[in-house]
Amino acid sequence: MLRIEAVGRRFASGVEALRDVSLDIGAGDFIALLGPSGCGKSTLLRLIAGLDAPDAGRLVWDDGKRPAPGDIGYVFQDATLLPWATAEENVYLPLRLKGTAWSDAAAEVRAALHRVGLAGFESARPGQLSGGMRMRVSIARALVTRPRILLMDEPFAALDEFTRHRLQADLHTVWEQVGCTVVFVTHSIYEAAYLARRIVLMSPRPGRIAREIVSPLAVGPETRLDPAYAALVRTVTTALEGALEAA
Amino acid sequence: MNERLLRFAPGLFGLLALALWEAAVRLTGVPVYIVPGPIAIVGAFLSDPVGLLMALASTLAVTFTALIAAATLGLAMAVAMSASRLAHAAIMPWAVVLQVTPIVAIAPLIIIWVGDPFASLVVCAVIVAFFPVFANTATGLASVPPELADLFRLYGAGRWRTLTLLRLPAALPYFLSGLRISGGLALVGAVVAEFVAGSGGFASGLAYRILESGYRLQVARMFAALVLLSGAGIVINIGLGKLGDAILRRRGLSAVAGA
Repeated sequence: MLRIEAVGRRFASGVEALRDVSLDIGAGDFIALLGPSGCGKSTLLRLIAGLDAPDAGRLVWDDGKRPAPGDIGYVFQDATLLPWATAEENVYLPLRLKGTAWSDAAAEVRAALHRVGLAGFESARPGQLSGGMRMRVSIARALVTRPRILLMDEPFAALDEFTRHRLQADLHTVWEQVGCTVVFVTHSIYEAAYLARRIVLMSPRPGRIAREIVSPLAVGPETRLDPAYAALVRTVTTALEGALEAA
Repeated sequence: MNERLLRFAPGLFGLLALALWEAAVRLTGVPVYIVPGPIAIVGAFLSDPVGLLMALASTLAVTFTALIAAATLGLAMAVAMSASRLAHAAIMPWAVVLQVTPIVAIAPLIIIWVGDPFASLVVCAVIVAFFPVFANTATGLASVPPELADLFRLYGAGRWRTLTLLRLPAALPYFLSGLRISGGLALVGAVVAEFVAGSGGFASGLAYRILESGYRLQVARMFAALVLLSGAGIVINIGLGKLGDAILRRRGLSAVAGA
C-alpha cells in the first residue's frame, strides 16, 4: 500500500528527527511504531499523513497518487474534538468538509458512533463525555470516511488503565470489522505487543528503525493472560533495550 | 457565614454609606452647591426626570451605535489580520497607535472633520471601544489547537471552511469577553466626546447636562446625572456579561478565564 523509502527529516531548529527510515506498509496491516519519546514516531506519522514533508527519501503509494482527503484517518493523543459541537456533529465533520450533505451522511455518522459503542450519545457535547468516550468519538470521526489507512498517535496514553484496556480490545474488533490499515504510535511495550501484527522498534535521535518483530498472537479477550503474550513482551523489551544501547 | 447576608452585603453597605453621607452633610451644614446629600440628589432628579432620562437616552444611543460599529470593525479586522501575515504586520501597529492615543486629544479634530454631531460622537466612542474586541478576537482566532488545524488540513478544508467551522467558533468566547470590556469603554468614549463637543453647544447627552449643571452650580443635578451614568455603565457591563454567558452556555462552552 505504502512504501517509505530512506526518509529523513530535519527541522528548522537543526534537530534531526528521522534518518534513513524505510518501511513497507501493506493493506490490512496493523503496525505499531514503538520507541521512547523523541524518536521521531509522531514525525513519521505526520509524514505519512502529508501534514509534513520529508527532506530526504520519498513515500510511494501503491497507486502512485497521494491519498485524497478522507483516505487517511488520524487520531491524535488528545481527542481534539470541537468543544461546541455534539458527538454526531464532530463525527460528521470530515464528511462535511468533503461537501457531503447531512442527509447523505447521517446514516454513516450514526453507524460510526454505533461501531465505537456510542449509540445513544449522538447529541452529547465533549464536555459531557468521559475521556474514554471522547476518544471513541475521535476514532469514529477517523473511521467515518472509510479511510484506507488509520494513523493513531498515542491515542490511549492519557487514559486510565481500565479504559485503555477496553479501548484497545474495541480497536482490535473495529480493525477486524473495517479491515483498514492501522499505523499505531506508542511508547508502551504492552500496548504494542497486544495490538500490533508488526512491531517496528525505533531508536532515538535521529529516529531510525532498529528492528521489526512480527507478532505470533491471535488477539482475543484472553490474550493478556496468554503466556505467548508475556513472551512477546519479553522479546520486545529485550530488543528495545538492545536498540537503545546501540543508539 | 450566612449566605443571604453575603448576598445583601453590597446593598446594605451602600445604604449605610448613603446614610452617613446624608448625616455628615446635615451635621456640618455644608452648602448644597458644594456637597449635596443623597436626598437632595434624588430631589434634583425628580425635579426634571424627563430631561435627565432623555439625556441618558441620547448618550446610550451613541454608546450602542459605537459598540455595534466597534464590534463589527474589530471582528472584521481581526479576521483580516488572521488571514494573512502581511495584514497582521500592516494592521497591528496602527491598532496599538489608536489605542494609546488619548481620545480627549483627538476628539476636537474628529468633531471638526466629521461635522455631524451624532456621527462625530460615535466615531470618538468607536475609537475608544474598538481595541478590546479587536485584540480579544484576534487572540481567539489564533487560539485554535494545532491538532485541530492539522485535522482540517488533513481533510482538505480551505481557508473559508477553516474560518467558519473552526476559527470563528473557537474565537467566540474571546469575542464576547472583549465585547463586555468594549461596552463599558463605548460609554466612556461617548461621555468624553460629549464633554468635548458639549462646549460647542450642540450635544444633548448626560455629559452635556453635567457641564451645564456645573456652570449653574447645580451640584445636586450634576450628581444625579453622574448616578445615571454609573448605573448605565453597570447595566451595560452586567447585561453583556449575562448575554455572553447565555450564548456560550447554549453552545456548551464556558467564558475565557481571566479575560
